[in-house]
Amino acid sequence: MGEAVTLALQLVLSGDPDLLEIVLLSLRVSLTATVLACLIGLPIGSLVAIGRFPGRNAVLIVMNALMGLPPVVVGLLVYLHLSRSGPLGFLGLLYTPTAMIIAQTLLIAPIVAALSRQVLEDLHAEYSEQFRSLCLTRVQAVEALLWDARYSLLTVGLAGFGRAVAEVGAVIIVGGNIDHLTRVMTTAIALETSKGDLALALALGIILLVIALGVNAAVQSVRMTATRQAYV
Amino acid sequence: MILPLAVRDLVLRFGQANVLNGLSFDLGGSGCTMIMGPNGSGKSLLLKLLHGLMTPSGGRIEWGGRAPRDVTARQALVFQKPVLLRRSVAANIDFVLRARGKDRDRRDALLEHVGLGHKASQPARLLSGGEAQRLALARALATDPEVLLLDEPTASLDPASVVAIEGIVADARARGVRVIFVTHDIGQARRMADDVLFLQRGRIAEHTPAAAFFHAPQSQAARDYLNGRIVV
Repeated sequence: MGEAVTLALQLVLSGDPDLLEIVLLSLRVSLTATVLACLIGLPIGSLVAIGRFPGRNAVLIVMNALMGLPPVVVGLLVYLHLSRSGPLGFLGLLYTPTAMIIAQTLLIAPIVAALSRQVLEDLHAEYSEQFRSLCLTRVQAVEALLWDARYSLLTVGLAGFGRAVAEVGAVIIVGGNIDHLTRVMTTAIALETSKGDLALALALGIILLVIALGVNAAVQSVRMTATRQAYV
Repeated sequence: MILPLAVRDLVLRFGQANVLNGLSFDLGGSGCTMIMGPNGSGKSLLLKLLHGLMTPSGGRIEWGGRAPRDVTARQALVFQKPVLLRRSVAANIDFVLRARGKDRDRRDALLEHVGLGHKASQPARLLSGGEAQRLALARALATDPEVLLLDEPTASLDPASVVAIEGIVADARARGVRVIFVTHDIGQARRMADDVLFLQRGRIAEHTPAAAFFHAPQSQAARDYLNGRIVV
C-alpha cells in the first residue's frame, strides 16, 4: 500500500503523459457535459419555478426522481440509441468522447433542473410581488432570477460536475474505456484496479480528489465574496 | 391620465372573513391621500388592490374607468420592506429602466435625486434601512408613475431618513404625481396629507380633508386614534 502511494505520487509529480491525457479527457468530457446540462436544466428549472400549470406537482415528482438516475441505466439507454442498430447509430458516435458527453449530460441535466428549480422558486417567492408591480414579462423575470441566483446556481453546476466527473457506469458503457480515445479517470481506475496496478489507480484517485477539492474551494471562495456583498 | 379613482362597494374576503367590507370612495387627480388606521384594518391590502396585485372578492375599482391591472404599469408601489435585487445600487435602477424601456442615462440623476449617487457601485442589500427605502423610491420614480403608492415607507426609520423620504415624495407630488400613502405616523400625516382615509376593521371610518380630520375628526375611532388611545 505504502509503495503504491509512493509510486502514485511520483506519477503525479512527474507529469506522466498518459496520466495527463486521461485527466484532460475527463475534464473535457465532464465540463462539456456540465455546460450542456446547465443549458438544458436551467431553463427547465426556471420555467417550473415560476410557472403554475396543471400537472406541475407531477412534473416536480418526475424531476426529483430523475436526480437519482442510475448511471448504468443512462449508459444503457444511450448505448441502445447510438449502437449501430439504434435510431442514432448512423451518427457513428458510440465509443467516442461525444457519446460520453451525451451520457453525462443526460445524467446531470435532471440534477441541474431540479436543484435550480428549488433555488429559483425560493428567490421568486421573495421577488414575485415586486416583479408583478413592475409589470415584468415572464422572460424578464426569468432573466432577473437567473442573474440574481447566479452564485447559488454556481453551486448547482458544481453538484452536476461532481456527479459527472465521478461516475463510471455510463461512460464505460458508451465510451468503452479505449486507451488514448475514451479512457477517463474513473474508467481507468476501475481497469487498473482489476489489473492490480494500484499505483496508477491511486494516482488517478489522488488527482480526482484534488480536482474535487480545487473546484469546491474555488466555488466556496466565490460564494464567500458574494455573501460579503449580500449577493447570495 | 388614470385618475380619478373610483372605488365602489369593495370587498375582500379571506375564507369567511371580510377583511375589507364595502369600501366606497373617490380620489381626485392631485395631492396626497393618507390611508390611516390601526393594524389589521386593511390599509396595505387596499393598496395592493388599487395596484392590481390582488383581486377583490366584490365591488369594483376604476382608475379613469379602467381596471387596476390595466394601469399597474402607470403606477408604482413602494413596499414597507423594500425588495432589492442582489446587485449594485446602480444595477437596481438600470434593471427597471431597461425593463420598462426608459432612457438609461437617467440613472445617475435618479440616484443623485435620492442622495445615493455616491453609493452607485455598492451592493444594494448592504444599504441601511433608510438608504434601501430611498433606492426603492428611486426605482419607483424611474418608471415615471402617474400614481405613487407607498406602504409605510418610513416605518422603523430614523428621523433623518424620514425627512429625506418625505422630501422625495413631496417633490414627486409637486411634479404632479398623485400620492397615496399608508402610514401610522400621525405627525407624518399632518405634514403631508391633503386628505385622510381612516380605516377601522375593514371599513371606512372617515374620509375627510386633512385639516378637518386633524382638528375635528368625525368618527370616535379617529378621535381615539389621534388621542393616542388604543384602537382595534
